[in-house]
Amino acid sequence: MVFMPVPLLSVLNLHKRFDENPILKGVSLDVEAGDLVSIIGPSGCGKSTMLRCLNFLEIPDAGRISIAGVTIDCQGLEDAPPKDIQTRAHELRQRVGMVFQQFNLFPHRTVLENTMLAPMIVHGAKREEAEANGRRLLEKVGLGSEFAHRYPAQMSGGQQQRAAIARALAMNPKVMLYDEPTSALDPELVDEVLKVMKDLDAEGMTQIVVTHEMRFARDASDYIVFMEGGHIVEISDEDEIFTHPKDERTRQFLRRFI
Amino acid sequence: MRRLAVFLSLLLAFGAQAADPVLRWAADPDSNAPFAFFDPSNKLTGFEYEIITAIARRMNRTPKFVQNDWDGLIPGLGRDLYDVVICGIEITPEKAGEVLFSNPYYVTFEQLVVRKGTPPITSLDELKGKQIGTLDQTAALDMLEKIPGVEAKTYDEEVNAYQDTANGRIFGVLLDYPIAKYYAAPNPNLQFTGPPFGQISYGIALRKGNTALQKEMNSALAEVIASGEMRDILSRWGLWTPLVAGALGQPEDPSLPDTEYKAFVAGHAEQATCWTRMQRYAGYWPLLLRAALLTLEVSIVGMILAVSVGFTLAIMRVFGPWPLRWLAMLYIEIIRGTPLLIQLYIIFYGLPAVGIKLSPFIAGVLGLGLNYAAYEAENYRAGLLAIPRGQMEAARALGMTHRQGLFHIVIPQSFRLVLPPVTNDFISLLKDSSLVSMVTLLDLTGAYNRIATQTFDYFGTGLLIAAIYLLIGLPFVRLARYTEEKLAVDQRKPGQKPGLFNLPKRRK
Ligand SMILES: Nc1ncnc2c1ncn2[C@@H]1O[C@H](COP(=O)(O)OP(=O)(O)OP(=O)(O)O)[C@@H](O)[C@H]1O
Ligand SMILES: [Mg+2]
Repeated sequence: MVFMPVPLLSVLNLHKRFDENPILKGVSLDVEAGDLVSIIGPSGCGKSTMLRCLNFLEIPDAGRISIAGVTIDCQGLEDAPPKDIQTRAHELRQRVGMVFQQFNLFPHRTVLENTMLAPMIVHGAKREEAEANGRRLLEKVGLGSEFAHRYPAQMSGGQQQRAAIARALAMNPKVMLYDEPTSALDPELVDEVLKVMKDLDAEGMTQIVVTHEMRFARDASDYIVFMEGGHIVEISDEDEIFTHPKDERTRQFLRRFI
Repeated sequence: MRRLAVFLSLLLAFGAQAADPVLRWAADPDSNAPFAFFDPSNKLTGFEYEIITAIARRMNRTPKFVQNDWDGLIPGLGRDLYDVVICGIEITPEKAGEVLFSNPYYVTFEQLVVRKGTPPITSLDELKGKQIGTLDQTAALDMLEKIPGVEAKTYDEEVNAYQDTANGRIFGVLLDYPIAKYYAAPNPNLQFTGPPFGQISYGIALRKGNTALQKEMNSALAEVIASGEMRDILSRWGLWTPLVAGALGQPEDPSLPDTEYKAFVAGHAEQATCWTRMQRYAGYWPLLLRAALLTLEVSIVGMILAVSVGFTLAIMRVFGPWPLRWLAMLYIEIIRGTPLLIQLYIIFYGLPAVGIKLSPFIAGVLGLGLNYAAYEAENYRAGLLAIPRGQMEAARALGMTHRQGLFHIVIPQSFRLVLPPVTNDFISLLKDSSLVSMVTLLDLTGAYNRIATQTFDYFGTGLLIAAIYLLIGLPFVRLARYTEEKLAVDQRKPGQKPGLFNLPKRRK
C-alpha cells in the first residue's frame, strides 16, 4: 500500500458568484504541508476571490473547505451563515494567515503593536508574551528593534509588507495566504519580501501565493496553479509549465512573460 | 455634576413642599427698575419687591425669589416653579383667562416718550406711520395694535427701546408710567409727551385654581394698603400719584420723600466716568464667575451627552439593522432641521404639558446635548466610513470578531479623524450654550443681560462677556491642536518634516 499523506488544505468544488455572475465555477485544490504553491492567471479570473474564500472573507456559495482539521461544507450560506458555521469559520481563520496587496497594517499602532494586538485580543495572550513573540517575528522578517516602535507610515513599502507577514505569523497559522504581496512595491523592494517567503518555505511553512512574479513562481514554488475564467486549468511542475504548458490557454498567458 | 444633583434635589423639594410656609414669587429682574431688580451691589430691591415682602410677612410666609425671563413668567406658573408672579402684569380679560389675579396693587397709565425736541403729540392717532417701541404682552402693545398704521416694535428690555428712541432708530416708546419715569425721565435726550393714555392695573398672578392662596393674598394686600405701608413704599419710590391714591382709597399726598427714586437717578447719572465704571464691573466679578462656571458646566455636560448619544447613533446608522438605521436617520434629520431654541423651548416649556418637568439646568443640558448629538453622529459616521475596508478585513483575517475589529481597529482610527470636527463642535456648543439663558439659567449671556441693563453700558459689557467666552474657549482650542498633533504622528510619511503649523515633536 502506498502511503498517501492527508493534504493540509483541501478545497473541493468551490463555487462563488457575485450578483449572479459566477466567478468561481468549481475549484478543487489540495495542498500538502510544507508546500509553496503559486497561483497565476489573467486579471479577473478569480484568484483573489478563491484566496479570500479560503479564510471566509468571502462566503462561498458551494463546496467544501478543509484546513488543518477544520472542515466547512458550504451550501446555501448566503450572507448570514448559521452560528455553528460562523464559529468554524472563526476557527478556520485562526489557522490561516493572510497578507494583502496593500499591507493593511493598522496605522494607529506601532509595528510591534501590530504584531501584538491579535494574539492579545483573540488568544488572550499576556502583554509580555505577545511583545517577546512580536519582537522575535519582526527580527525574523528582518526588522530589527529599531523598527519596533515605528508607525507603519514611517516605513517603506517593503518594510511594511514584511511587518504584515510578521503580524500574520504572530497568530501561529498553519497556512499563509498571500494576495499579490509585492504588486504594490517598488521593484527594488520586491526581493526583500520574496526572501522572507523563501525563508519561511525553508522552515516548512505551507504557503499559497497569488502572484504576477513569474520569476519567483518559477524559482520558489513546489508547483504552479494556472487559473482562468473561474476554473483551475492546469496544475504543473514549476519548470514544466514554462517549458511545456499542457493547456493552450496557459501557453497564451505565459507568452507575455517570456 | 454636583450642580446636577442640587437641581435634582431642588426638583424633588418643589414637589414636597405643599405645606411649607414659603411664598415662592417670580419676576424678571433684568432691566426691571423700579419693580423688582438687582441694585449695583447685586441685592434685590424695587417697589414690587417691597410689596411682596410686606404681603408675605402678613401671610406669615417666608418670601423666596425665583428668577425667570419675562416671556416665561406665566408658563412658569403652570410648571409650578413658583406660587405667584409680581412683575407689573396688567390685569386684562385675556390674561384673566390664563391665571388668577389678586386685587390691584397699583394703578397707572401709559406714557409716551419721544426724542428731545419732537413736536408735542396729543393723541395716539398722530403716531400713524411711525415706529413705536414697547414690550411684548403689555396693555401698551394692545393699544398700539388697535391704531391702524402704527408700527409697533416689541423689545425684550425696555432700556433698549428708549435707547433706540434716543438714537433715532424709532419715533418713540409707549410704556407704563413707572417704566418711563425711571428709564426715560432721567435721560436728557428724551422727553415725555402727550396726556396719560389708558388706565391699567397691576395684579399679582397666581396659578389657575389656586383660589385659597388668592384669598389669603388679597386679605394680606388689603392690610398692607390700609395700614399705610403701601403709601409709604410707593412714596419712597416716587410712584404715589393721585390716580393710585384714588384707586386704593388713600390720601393723595406722598407720605414720605422719594428717596429711592432719587438714589436710582443719582446712581445712573454718576456712572459716566471710566473709573466708576471699572469699579462697577469689579463688583460684578462673583456674578461673572458663577455665570462663567455655569456656561462651562452646561457646555461640558452637554458635550458629554452629545458625544455619547452621537456615537451610539452613528453605530446604529452604519452597522445597525434597517429599523435602527432608519430611526437614527430620522432623529438626525429632525434635529438638524429644527432650530435649537425651539427644541429648548419644547423641552423646558412644552414637556411639562405631558407631565415631564425638568430643572432649567437639565433642560439646558438635554437641549444642547441632544441637538449636538445629531451633528456628532454625522461626524462619527463620516469617520467610520473613512476607514478603508481593508482594515476590518485584516482584523477579521487575524481572527478578530466583527465587534473586536470595530472596537480595536476601526473606531480608534476614526476617533482621530473626527477629533478636529468634534473639537470645533465643542467650541460652537460653548457659544450656543448662550441660548440656555432663555430657559432662565444665569449663564454668561444671562449675566450680560443683567449687567448691561443695570449699567446701560452695552458696549463695554458686551466686550467683557465676549472676552470671557473667548478665554473659556481658548484652552480647548489649544488642547485640540495638541492632541491632533500627537495623534498625527502615525499619519506622517517617512522622513516628512512637521508641517508649518505643527510644533516639533515633543520628547517623551
Ligand atoms: N465584492 C465583489 N462584488 C462583485 N464583484 C466582485 C467582487 N469581488 C470581485 N468581483 C469580481 O469577480 C471577478 C474576479 O475577481 P478577483 O478579484 O477574484 O480577480 P483576480 O483574479 O484576483 O484579478 P486580479 O489579478 O486583477 O487581482 C472580477 O470580475 C471582479 O470584478
Ligand atoms: Mg486579485
